[in-house]
Amino acid sequence: MTAKTLYDKLWDAHVVRTEEDGTALLYIDRHLVHEVTSPQAFEGLRLTGRKPWRSHSVVAVPDHNVPTRDRDQGIADPVSRTQVETLQQNVRHFGLTFFPMGDIRQGIVHVIGPEQGATLPGMTVVCGDSHTSTHGAFGALSMGIGTSEVEHVLATQCLLQKKMKSMLISVDGQVGPGVTAKDIVLAIIGEIGTAGGTGYAIEFGGDAIRALSMEGRMTVCNMAIEAGARAGMVAVDDTTIDYVKGRPFAPKGAYWHQAVAAWRELHSDPDARFDRVVHIDAASIEPQVTWGTSPEMVLPVSGKVPNPDEVTDEVKANGMRRALEYMGLTAGMPVSDITVDKIFIGSCTNARLEDIRAAAEVVKGRRVAGNVKLAMVVPGSGLVKQQAEAEGLDRIFLDAGFEWREPGCSMCLAMNADRLEPGERCASTSNRNFESRQGLGGRTHLVSPAMAAAAAVTGRFADVRELN
Amino acid sequence: MEKFETLNALVCPLDRSNVDTDAIIPKQYLKSVKRTGFGPNLFDDWRYLDPGEPGMDHSRRRVNPDFVLNQPRYEGARILLARKNFGCGSSREHAVWALSNYGFRVVIAPSFADIFFNNSFKNGLLPLILDEAIVDQLFREAEATPGYRLTVDLQAQTVVTPSGASFPFQVDPFRRHCLLNGLDDIGLTLQHGEDIRAYEARRRTEAPWLF
Repeated sequence: MTAKTLYDKLWDAHVVRTEEDGTALLYIDRHLVHEVTSPQAFEGLRLTGRKPWRSHSVVAVPDHNVPTRDRDQGIADPVSRTQVETLQQNVRHFGLTFFPMGDIRQGIVHVIGPEQGATLPGMTVVCGDSHTSTHGAFGALSMGIGTSEVEHVLATQCLLQKKMKSMLISVDGQVGPGVTAKDIVLAIIGEIGTAGGTGYAIEFGGDAIRALSMEGRMTVCNMAIEAGARAGMVAVDDTTIDYVKGRPFAPKGAYWHQAVAAWRELHSDPDARFDRVVHIDAASIEPQVTWGTSPEMVLPVSGKVPNPDEVTDEVKANGMRRALEYMGLTAGMPVSDITVDKIFIGSCTNARLEDIRAAAEVVKGRRVAGNVKLAMVVPGSGLVKQQAEAEGLDRIFLDAGFEWREPGCSMCLAMNADRLEPGERCASTSNRNFESRQGLGGRTHLVSPAMAAAAAVTGRFADVRELN
Repeated sequence: MEKFETLNALVCPLDRSNVDTDAIIPKQYLKSVKRTGFGPNLFDDWRYLDPGEPGMDHSRRRVNPDFVLNQPRYEGARILLARKNFGCGSSREHAVWALSNYGFRVVIAPSFADIFFNNSFKNGLLPLILDEAIVDQLFREAEATPGYRLTVDLQAQTVVTPSGASFPFQVDPFRRHCLLNGLDDIGLTLQHGEDIRAYEARRRTEAPWLF
């Protein structure tokens, strides 16, 4: 039998039928739903008199629009409120599993799926959100989809898709102290570019990936889409199985043993062929900081802001000039001299317990710097928040001058009240540094939770490795 | 879905690479629960000089005269000429709705982000890939020639310039068929309901914990 990649195995297990041109009908096991990209899909079902094919496969949660404080007062913005209420009406009408605001299980859709065990190895997982690639950390095939596809999956339990090409990104060796999953994935994006993974499903492998916790693997897969890849994935191992065991939606009893036996096969065969293989030396990765308006515009913390005049590709050089102007930076400036106004620790990339612990370790016994106007921690879910509080992490942040908020997407995309003002500069643990992403005219620098914490207490992009 | 066969239309060149979906339609407009009404907010942050919010009368806002869409010579354009990695970032289909609502039916670029590319076909917007060198040439011609129009023929899979130069392009046969006939994906898939049920029955024995 021919050797298969992990992607081949996941694909083959879910093909319902294939058209002559290779377009396949792919069966979807788990459909995660949030309030922003679903209303038009549910409306489509209603207009055509269709019903969800398998309502049991859906888990819905509001996350993008929810306020991160004063929740007892509801959602102040009437347009946001309507969207969340619309989701509530839709889940009631169609009888779907739902974690409303106020439920301890509510949180960012990509945090709660794995947390509840709703994401399992070997599954196909979709959600109307590009960061659905996160769930690939479990050896699952997970992809972000548009609203028409949300409606298609609701109505048919399938997605129409052509098989993507396969890429292996092997992060070889071990990272140094102070270097995290976020730094690994930012370094990867810096290497292959924001379109480097377009048309590919990426498998992340190598010793440095194997050494990551599930939370770290989720951070890496989460940002596969920032490298252009709709799907990122990591092979199943003991770390995966230990994480899944005992979670509310995970299989129990005899099914558990049967499932684990099947999940043990979810890795690329040793001689499997990939369309592209990229090797990255883990030891060479430093803590990373983005300087521009695309995640590929990234530097090691010891680096200097690049000079577009040294770039020969004119389209690229113009993009860099535009980014420098937008970001208010000059070429040649050391990254560690850049000062910040706001700190955001949160998002589907970095709002899990491990992220909050890593930031707390840096913040402990220190104070938020005087030039920082706002430093906030937004846990990824009610359960993450509860556990962090049980460990006393909230006190560490509050004592240092941080705000400790309720779970949601928050300032990653600023659909709720949390946002940057024009010209404000933010050290953010989120995933996108696009123009105005965190608020009109706001300037985003993507970093790890530890680096965001270091920026909070020093007021600039200090190398977290030099703080101790 | 509206059919797409041929289109002869004015071209608007947007000379930036990596145009992301946050730029195509900013987040505040994603709060809408409808598929329509996004046209006035296409490229909102670039198009207007003042900040916009849902519910405003956008016709009264200050427009940015330097932004290409606001230049009178491109008024009525239905073909957007763009650079590589167009539509990167978020999966928001609102980006496609905004382009369609505005009046665009074709986006030509050397490459597109996967999710945007996919979303376009579901809404009768044709994302058309041409080589970077050809796109460069079209940019030069569009910028140099007021009233520059292209003819896009999906049946023949060609883009024809005013001087008669013809460039071939490729679209997946299935997607092309759907677009030419304005077919609804869901209706097509439901014709294979028996196959889906057969798959489920088989899968239920192989992996019962999933059901």
